[in-house]
Amino acid sequence: MPTFVYMTRCDGCGQCVDICPSDIMHIDKTLRRAYNLEPNMCWECYSCVKACPHHAIDVRGYADFAPLGSSVRVHRDEEKGTIAWRIKFRNGKKDMELLAPITTKPWGSCIPKLANESAPDDSMRNSHLLFNEPKYIQLDKDGKDSLHTLESNGLEIKEGVYY
Amino acid sequence: MFANNPFDALSALISTDVMQMYIIVMAILVAGGTILDMMHKKSAQYFFENAEKAKANAKRTVSTGEKISLAVSTVASEVITSSEFCNTKRRISHLLTMYGFILFVASTALMIFGNKAEILPQLWHIGAIMLCVGGYWFWFFIRVDVNSEGAKWYKLVRADIFIVSLFTTATFALIWSYLQSKGGVVGDMGSTTLFFALFIVSNTTLFASVLWSKFAHMFFKPAAAFQKKTTVADGSRENLPGDFDLASAEVQAKFPDIPEYMGKNPEYMGHGIRREPPNHY
Repeated sequence: MPTFVYMTRCDGCGQCVDICPSDIMHIDKTLRRAYNLEPNMCWECYSCVKACPHHAIDVRGYADFAPLGSSVRVHRDEEKGTIAWRIKFRNGKKDMELLAPITTKPWGSCIPKLANESAPDDSMRNSHLLFNEPKYIQLDKDGKDSLHTLESNGLEIKEGVYY
Repeated sequence: MFANNPFDALSALISTDVMQMYIIVMAILVAGGTILDMMHKKSAQYFFENAEKAKANAKRTVSTGEKISLAVSTVASEVITSSEFCNTKRRISHLLTMYGFILFVASTALMIFGNKAEILPQLWHIGAIMLCVGGYWFWFFIRVDVNSEGAKWYKLVRADIFIVSLFTTATFALIWSYLQSKGGVVGDMGSTTLFFALFIVSNTTLFASVLWSKFAHMFFKPAAAFQKKTTVADGSRENLPGDFDLASAEVQAKFPDIPEYMGKNPEYMGHGIRREPPNHY
């Protein structure tokens, strides 16, 4: 179900207009408040719901993760680096909360300084790997800090469907 | 110019009774427009239904004393300081236009109804200047259509009735006052008359278009802010998740991902997506 806006909560700040990947959150021409211009093109990504500083945008949850008619609301707290969800069933008998980290380091503190890296040599240019990929995803490192792979975990891909 | 009451010279042409009647008609238009707006948008009905819904979801009862203190804090915070705005520039622009409008309208009414206080003409001019500064700043730079939608400043839509009539009222009032202080007379078929007529047209548009503009927001926004505070106080929170203290042992026991990935005392993470203004159109 597409997003909708509680007009009395919206202050027309433009955060949802800015973030919508489908470019369907726009500003109403009469009230200068946000609204979903093209509900059938909304894929319920929740970007605008999370970006709205006033919790003025809501989405009716899909039946595949919560029963129809339940309330699914979210609060993304940038300063704490967490996201909190609350799913409340229509009859009020189930009221569930979830809190999860969305960052473990202050925002913007871990941006790779690519300009300081040396230019790739020919072997890197001809490789199927991306620039500096082994270094950043730590494929070349052994031990607990290296990236987990099937191989490092003693697993292998099997053919077919199995359980 | 700033010390002159512009309505004194005007009273030679237009009687004080007519001016007073005009003020009363404008007040009636605002009251009537707001009532029609409430009926048309069913905003009052929405508020009462929402209040009932919040009451049904409430985890505790909010006493009358608490409600009074919430109302006082709404007036002190959301109304007087426009604290609801998350964008500082919008907040400053809103405060300038809001207080400019109050000064301008109140001093106009007082001067027309015969108050001779010397400070009133100065307040009238200061109010008009504040309206112009806040209004033009908003119109050219802060307005969401321009800032986030990438629309040109000259693109007019119905939502602009309010802000355009607001800053044109103040602009034409200042020009009219300036021309009058330079010897111009309303009724001489010159520029003084033209700007006085434009001032009256803008002013009448502002007060007569309440049903079609966002003028009524000054009545329903404080009500919405009060309702929001009430839902936090009664625990219903509009079904939003709680505001968790990440350092609390109880929260960490309930959500073990927090201490595992963020440590026992998670640090302050900064402003995230709010580090950049929302203007990536």
